[in-house]
Amino acid sequence: MDINAKSIIKVEDVTIAYGDFVVMKDINFEVKKGEVFVILGGSGCGKSTLLKNMISLVRPVTGKVLIDGLDIVTAEGPELREILSGIGVMYQNGAMFGSMNILENICLVLEEFTSLPRDAMELVAKMRLKVVDLEDSAYKMPSELSGGMKKRAAIARAMALDPKIIFLDEPGAGLDPITSAQLDELILELARSLKITFVIVTHELPSIFAVADRVIMLDKNTKTIIATGDPRELRDESPNPWVRQFFNRQADVDAPA
Amino acid sequence: MNKLDYRQEKDTLVIVPQGNLDKDVTASHWRQAVNKLAQTQPKKLVIDAQDLEYCDGAGIALLIELKSRQEQNNGQTKIQGLRPEITELIKLFDPGQPAQPKRRPSIFRRVPEQAGKAVVDFFKEMRSQISFTGELFVKLLCTLSHLGSLRWKDAFLVAEKSGANAVGITALLGFLIGVILAFQAAIAMGKFGAEIYVADLVVIVLFRELGPLLTAFVLAARTGSAFAAEIGTMKVNEEIDALTTMGLEPVRFLVIPRILAAVFVTPLLTMFNNLFGVIGCVLVMIPMGFAPITLLNQIREAADLTDLFGGLAKTFVFGFLIAGIGCLRGLQTKTGASAVGDSATRAVVTGIIAIVLADGVFAVVYYFLGI
Repeated sequence: MDINAKSIIKVEDVTIAYGDFVVMKDINFEVKKGEVFVILGGSGCGKSTLLKNMISLVRPVTGKVLIDGLDIVTAEGPELREILSGIGVMYQNGAMFGSMNILENICLVLEEFTSLPRDAMELVAKMRLKVVDLEDSAYKMPSELSGGMKKRAAIARAMALDPKIIFLDEPGAGLDPITSAQLDELILELARSLKITFVIVTHELPSIFAVADRVIMLDKNTKTIIATGDPRELRDESPNPWVRQFFNRQADVDAPA
Repeated sequence: MNKLDYRQEKDTLVIVPQGNLDKDVTASHWRQAVNKLAQTQPKKLVIDAQDLEYCDGAGIALLIELKSRQEQNNGQTKIQGLRPEITELIKLFDPGQPAQPKRRPSIFRRVPEQAGKAVVDFFKEMRSQISFTGELFVKLLCTLSHLGSLRWKDAFLVAEKSGANAVGITALLGFLIGVILAFQAAIAMGKFGAEIYVADLVVIVLFRELGPLLTAFVLAARTGSAFAAEIGTMKVNEEIDALTTMGLEPVRFLVIPRILAAVFVTPLLTMFNNLFGVIGCVLVMIPMGFAPITLLNQIREAADLTDLFGGLAKTFVFGFLIAGIGCLRGLQTKTGASAVGDSATRAVVTGIIAIVLADGVFAVVYYFLGI
């Protein structure tokens, strides 16, 4: 990752709340172009909620989420569509449409955003499947795939429109260590070769150390970011003892989360 | 021998558990031990556990409960002769001050609170329905003005599932209703020697009212619930979120094809229902001595096209309501194991109520229009 790279995502003064319950407040951070950026924190700290705000599934109470200069929070109609066409999302369980086979799942996005002929669309979709090593599963239904394959298929679908950014929600959840490591390899490969920026929500330490260029750490009690930076540096040098405990996987009854 | 003995020594109650204090022994002694403690109210409670060999979770709970009750009465507790491993377990499991369920507020507070919440929920529901209906109309107009943007494949698939696959059940229901109506009417008409008018009654009732209504009920139960469950499952599996972030509006992508399919198939199914209802009626009347041609002429004279199309006109609205409500309930699905089931139930209940309400409005309008 180029350390002088420009920011592709800017989250400015975001406060998220459900009614009177504040989930997090005054969140500020930037994601640089081409980096693998990880949002982490203890269970229930609002990692996935923050991700949903960054992709406009939920609107924050205040603040901006600038994606390539455009604010996704206030965007509507064609502007929102333009932003969405530049991002891909992989959900926790893949969220592949169960009534369509894998190829049709990927073609669906292409149908919506391009006027490519059907055979060209299918070729593009198969190219994506080749990258995630699922070329033999193009005509299978999502129910015929294992958890790891579903997630790889979801990454292929997220890549359909050559997005600049891919968001991943808990990519390693429910996977065995080998499959999880293979997924990490794939993320690194895509980040390196296609210069895709990845924003990943996870709390799986092996994955974080394997893929993350930079992380932010959310805290449930203060409802803010308590650490930002390289995960190895935070593990060894963070002034916050809880952050060090988290990265060193130490159980401690006094831990705030 | 597993048992609990009690001994009273001045201000001291001694409880002597023997053998195993497991869930079975505890279940049969819990009330007795607690009552004994309450009755005697000793200054000191001694649990002499020298002969206690084994204690499971329930047994430990009893020891902790007795200790805690004694503390509440400002009494002392001494557990003596307890095996070290059981002492460890008591330390591990002692819940201290366990969480208590929230106290229910008084009825004077609860009733206005619940009433207020119900009113707010009602207006929220109305708002979401109005906003959904508005979005639906806009997207429907957009789709109708750009027919190429309609997902035809999905619409035909839904039409097949909710229409073609429902022909059998609709026809059967229509046939049976025709037979039942004919038999019931024949008794009353027979008293006046006017059995021939059974055909008039059955045909008019079927064409104008029962045909559309029964078909709509079948659709609400079969298709409305299926739409709610299907879309609800997609919501739970984050597929709706995936659609949204892929730039595919769920209403245009999922709801419009279903609504168009339902609006298209409801009149067709109603015609099947009507046809088989008439066949049922005719099959009842032929053995009564009426020639088929006589019955046909009677039916022709009894009902005209206004009756038929008046009934069919309603089915477009019914189809729209069934599909719209089914999809709305699906999109409103919350998280959790029972959420999809709740959505399907709500789709059917709301759908049937909406159908009957709409039918009532049609009845009034038809009355004033003289149809």
